[in-house]
Amino acid sequence: MRIRITGVVTLAALSLALTACGSDATPASSTASKAAGGTLTIWADDQRSAALKPFAEKFGKDNGVTVEVQAISKDLQTNFVTASQSGKGPDIVVGAHDWIGNLVQNGAIDPVQLPDAQKSAFAEVAVKAVTFNGQLYGVPYAIENLALIRNTDLAPTAPASIEDLVKAGQTLKTAGKVTNIMSLQVGTTGDAYHAYPLYASAGGYLFGQKANGDYDPADLGVDKPASVEAFKKIAALGEKGSGALTRSITGDNAIPTFTGGKTAFLISGPWAVADIKKAGVKYDITPIPAFAGGKPAQPFVGVQAFYVASKGKSKALANEFITNYLTKPDLQVALYQANPRPPALVAALDQVKGSDADIQKWLDAGKGGAVLPAIPAMAAVWDPFGKAEAAIIGGADVQTTLAAAGKAITEAINK
Amino acid sequence: MKTTTQREGGSLAGPTIKIALLGAGLALAIAAALPLVGAHAWGWLAVLAATTALLFYIYLTPRHIAAKYLVPGTIFLLAFQVVPVLYTASTAFTNYGDGHRGSKAEAIIAVQGASVKQVPGSMEYDLAVATREGAIVFLLVDKTGATFVGDGDGLHPAQFTVAGGKVVEADGYTLLSLGEANLRNDDILAFSVPTGEGAVRASGLTRAYNGQATQFYDGGCDCVTDRGTGKQWTADNDAGGFVAADGERLPQGWKVSVGFSNFTRVLTDSRISGHFLQTLLWNFAFAIGSVLVTFGLGLGCAIALNADRLRGRSVYRVLLVLPYAMPGFAMLLVWRDLFNQQFGLINRLFGLDVDWFGQPATARLAVILVQLWMGYPYMFLVATGALQAIPKEMTEAATIDGASMWQRFKQVTLPLLLVALTPLLIASFAFNFNNFNAIYLTTEGGPFPPDDSSVGATDLLITYTYRLAFGGSGAQFGFAAAISVYIFAIVALVSVIGFRRSRKQEEVYS
Repeated sequence: MRIRITGVVTLAALSLALTACGSDATPASSTASKAAGGTLTIWADDQRSAALKPFAEKFGKDNGVTVEVQAISKDLQTNFVTASQSGKGPDIVVGAHDWIGNLVQNGAIDPVQLPDAQKSAFAEVAVKAVTFNGQLYGVPYAIENLALIRNTDLAPTAPASIEDLVKAGQTLKTAGKVTNIMSLQVGTTGDAYHAYPLYASAGGYLFGQKANGDYDPADLGVDKPASVEAFKKIAALGEKGSGALTRSITGDNAIPTFTGGKTAFLISGPWAVADIKKAGVKYDITPIPAFAGGKPAQPFVGVQAFYVASKGKSKALANEFITNYLTKPDLQVALYQANPRPPALVAALDQVKGSDADIQKWLDAGKGGAVLPAIPAMAAVWDPFGKAEAAIIGGADVQTTLAAAGKAITEAINK
Repeated sequence: MKTTTQREGGSLAGPTIKIALLGAGLALAIAAALPLVGAHAWGWLAVLAATTALLFYIYLTPRHIAAKYLVPGTIFLLAFQVVPVLYTASTAFTNYGDGHRGSKAEAIIAVQGASVKQVPGSMEYDLAVATREGAIVFLLVDKTGATFVGDGDGLHPAQFTVAGGKVVEADGYTLLSLGEANLRNDDILAFSVPTGEGAVRASGLTRAYNGQATQFYDGGCDCVTDRGTGKQWTADNDAGGFVAADGERLPQGWKVSVGFSNFTRVLTDSRISGHFLQTLLWNFAFAIGSVLVTFGLGLGCAIALNADRLRGRSVYRVLLVLPYAMPGFAMLLVWRDLFNQQFGLINRLFGLDVDWFGQPATARLAVILVQLWMGYPYMFLVATGALQAIPKEMTEAATIDGASMWQRFKQVTLPLLLVALTPLLIASFAFNFNNFNAIYLTTEGGPFPPDDSSVGATDLLITYTYRLAFGGSGAQFGFAAAISVYIFAIVALVSVIGFRRSRKQEEVYS
């Protein structure tokens, strides 16, 4: 008796389970009918997906496809590579150009074919940044670089050199108006991106360049004599020197130190402006000054771009979207409004220049800047270079520190 | 026996719950089976079917009483403990990581796809994707205004209605809108119009160009050849990559089995073996130190608040437990800022100028202090519970025997507490041994000696190897897995020894 009841109920449960599976299939087919042309999926970070949404929807409506913009708020690059590999990735991903090396080695993105006329509509540096191994891998939409942001109430004139800057900062500090000469993020493990302009101005370099302009990982500059000299100049600004650079300034407190009026000078990028405006600090943006008699203080120029996923299910349409839709100014202007960085498309740039004086200043600060290397070897540089910077600013011996950093980087490249 | 009588008596509750659970199990199994079928994972499908069948067999027969209790737990143990451990261990034998994620076939597709370039000086076209009797054709307008039909044979001059450089109407062809074309994505990507040199391919859906893969794979030599320069990259099937004679590697590689090399690398890589002992010692010091200080403070608080005379005990208890209630992730970041040399609260409060995270001794002290703050509420909670479980008579008896307070604590309370708490202390040790967040979110392993930035004074094995495996040149999952296996072995060994000893203790005191 018992077994029989059990048997009946099992059967019922079984049929229930099967119905449940059957009903799973129904909504799937109804989604397909929702948009006759299928789906185009875009992954971007939170801010950018918000700006993209209206345009994506319009593109979808005009062309009879569903465009889904999904915000990936954390580890977008890693998530994209992993999802791509398992075939669950998007058709388009939005990210910084120095991802390209890693995305290509994982076969996650495809080159983009842009006719010369369209290519020349973009700022030259932006096109150069998204070019890897002679191929164009993405369509750029914004350019970003570091500059010197100055509190004009505390420091009315822009310093002509680093030495001037330190002098002005020191005067303010002695007068008790500020606590720090300048704010450049270092932290306990250093920050190669923010250190680079000073390093370059003092004569150091990271990688040599091949004949075709690509960076050459075989020619590492970090432990070369010129770089040692460069870091000696940086050490003079460090904790055992003038104290302009200190490990107490980290990525988290660099901008608040400036907005809180604790320093007159901040070296940062366009992302700092929103906080500065909110704090009501009067500011001006100028190129990062060089060491007196040194080379120009070139910042790294980074580019934000759209990429076509190799394993996307709507690859042709994704290509269409980024090569023919993204190359129109409207979208680039909207993306600028969501996050004010200079647009990469010259026409869009001209449109926003009129209403935002900062844009031209950022561009001027980035003029002659070095394109942030996208080669996979660059990934091996950040950590040892940053730590060497932090150690030297803390007062460590320059020669031995850089020799060790050079060795660590070379080992990591040839792993 | 009693339950059987009840069931015989006709209660349906038991069987109904059982059937519902089995039904839910079956539904889950079917839900899990569908993706497996989709992925052609027949081996796992067989495992799933066998497990489900076993479950049904065990619960639908009156026999195998013991198995009824053991099987669910065993299945969960296998699914959530043993399989991940085995998976990690199997990954350790491969070079899986950035640049080596997929198969060789995928790498070849990626190499060829990445090398497609427009043939120099060739024509670009405006494209309309159309169909002729269901097959994809390209309707093309070149820069001179000449119009063509492109099909699998090549380009053929043809006449269509063109407006604004775009084909708007063509007799005998059905023009596809972007949406319609998207539905035939795979057909369009696979389609190209052969020309003398290369082929006309779509770039998006409204433009086309004459492109050619400049690098192609040849199965005969198992190599990739560059069409322009003739340079060859030969497949290195042991390393999973294409290498040229001059040592240049193509970025796209594939996943291969590398045997024990990840394991031997841990032993032979001077960057690891050179620091292993030092890091291991500090790792033990950190884990043991964290457990001891948190246990000491937690126990102290618990004893103080266990006194009957104290008023408002529950208020104190809530206050003491507060740090435990706050999210550890955020608290670690707050502590990191508290130790900042110039702006940190600790230096400012005490009028110090200590470079906390800049010197090995202070950095180590700092992370232990943070651990103390993070960990003592837990110890306080478990010690309070264990204290309340110790019968009052035992301490009273000791008092009558003339034992001092310290003697009572040392001879009676502590040993009884340890019987209950040693397993928790061992678990706490194992947790702290791999306490990645505690280090990574505060010192990041620093300070780093200037002459060697690879290992810092507060680095645990886990933070140190995390940097090796995921810093530098991208993620190396295979290598990381090998290190995990080593750490697993160390923690397992320590735990086994610990549990052995605590068992002896139980025999003595209970």
